[in-house]
Amino acid sequence: MLIDSILKTDNEMMSSSSAMSPIVLSTRVRLARNLMNFSFPGWAKKSEKNKILNKCLEALKDIEIFKSGTLIKVEELNEIERLILVERHMISRELINNYNNTGVFINEDHSCAIMLNEEDHLRIQYIERGYKFNQIWNSINSIDDEIEQHLDYAFSDKFGYLTACPTNVGTGLRASAMLHLPGLVISNHMEKCIRALNQTGIAVRGLFGEGSDASGSIFQISNQQTLGDSEKSIIKRLTIFLTEIIEQENNSRQNLLETQPLKLADKIGRAYGVLQNSLLLSSAEAMDLLSVLRLAIDLKLLDESYRNSVDNAFIECQPGHIQFKAKTNIDSSTMRDKFRANYLRTQFDDLPPLNFDVLNI
Amino acid sequence: MSENLKCNICSELATVHLTQVINNKVHKIDLCETCANEKGITDPEGFSLTEILTSGYLGNDKVVSDKTCKNCGFKTSDLKKLGRLGCPECYQTMSDNIYPVLKDLHKGTTHVGKVPSRIFNVITKNKRLNELKTLLNEAVKSECYEDAAMHRDEIEHLNTNSEI
Repeated sequence: MLIDSILKTDNEMMSSSSAMSPIVLSTRVRLARNLMNFSFPGWAKKSEKNKILNKCLEALKDIEIFKSGTLIKVEELNEIERLILVERHMISRELINNYNNTGVFINEDHSCAIMLNEEDHLRIQYIERGYKFNQIWNSINSIDDEIEQHLDYAFSDKFGYLTACPTNVGTGLRASAMLHLPGLVISNHMEKCIRALNQTGIAVRGLFGEGSDASGSIFQISNQQTLGDSEKSIIKRLTIFLTEIIEQENNSRQNLLETQPLKLADKIGRAYGVLQNSLLLSSAEAMDLLSVLRLAIDLKLLDESYRNSVDNAFIECQPGHIQFKAKTNIDSSTMRDKFRANYLRTQFDDLPPLNFDVLNI
Repeated sequence: MSENLKCNICSELATVHLTQVINNKVHKIDLCETCANEKGITDPEGFSLTEILTSGYLGNDKVVSDKTCKNCGFKTSDLKKLGRLGCPECYQTMSDNIYPVLKDLHKGTTHVGKVPSRIFNVITKNKRLNELKTLLNEAVKSECYEDAAMHRDEIEHLNTNSEI
């Protein structure tokens, strides 16, 4: 089944060998597209929404590149399966909150996902680990070209691709990068950073939490403006800001190492201890601990070979994944916390001791 | 601040105040707790001030005429409730309401970038057809029948290759 194959595949968090990857976890581009002569999903009556879904399913089925993936109606998935797709960022929370007459296509290696009848008729996304905007743009552009041969897009000379919300009109393009920024968070610079970015039309969101307290110190940075600028130039602009953030993060880390190495080492040691010894772990706490352990790898306190298991745990610790592993719906959060702590203890019980020597304390 | 601010959506007492700078313009929004929750401000993944601002804009009370989209029945007043449009046609019907939003939120008000190739072909084909028709008329008028035949053939060629 789809979910089994998805769980067997590396998730977006798993590190690639790209040099940027200690900070840039993944990059993603999504395109919003709509069909001519149909109401947008949020306004369409049930029967029209059904018609749109079937029209899209029909069209996509005939396209060669979609033959090797999975194309399904979301209502055919059970609750936990839907949650797993959300946690893997293949579908949105909005989609599962209102999943009647919606669909999703996921390609073979899970790099491409297309939501049908979410806010727009089609939301095409392409996601890759590491820092690969150009590659992603080429991939998604050609998929979009292909789909366009089979469906009539709503497009105007003046406003470009027409979308349900005017915030997406024009290119319909949202480019985003997932960044791990523990240095900026620990040194309390993240809030300032978010404020500065917001002023430039760049949106910052926590991946697993809220605002500057995002658990796991993982943030999603994306463009807000979609009209009046070309796709390539939108991506280029975002890249300029990303480079700046990466530099700031590296500076913060350097500064922490120079000014408070003992505090930093203590933080890492504690996270290490808790992950190996706790019996109850909430999702937010687990994210924070994993974030610190990930930083330990970046700082070479722990061997690089452990990076994948740490990155994988970020996703595996999410409520849907935990319940899937437990093979049952767990309504009680305490029980979920027990399962989560259990999973992490097993995952990390063979970690070697931390090499504090590298910090010259 | 002695005066109590009202929620921009439902006019209840506002307890949540947000500020965001977009295109060097300060946007302030005040919400009551219920509306803040509804708009996903407490939802870690779903919150965007831009979207709330948009719905506020779109439903701007200053816009007097309530227009209805002929294609889908969507009304200007629905914008305030939903913050989203009814169908692609609405961009035409409600362009007066949408234009100020686009101007404030985006870099420009005219699309720059990718054009779907089939539409691009239609646009260029129509342009070429018009050009050819003018050329053909001129050729006929000036009795350059060789040129006229050439233009006629190209027109026929364009029209028969209508897989576009």
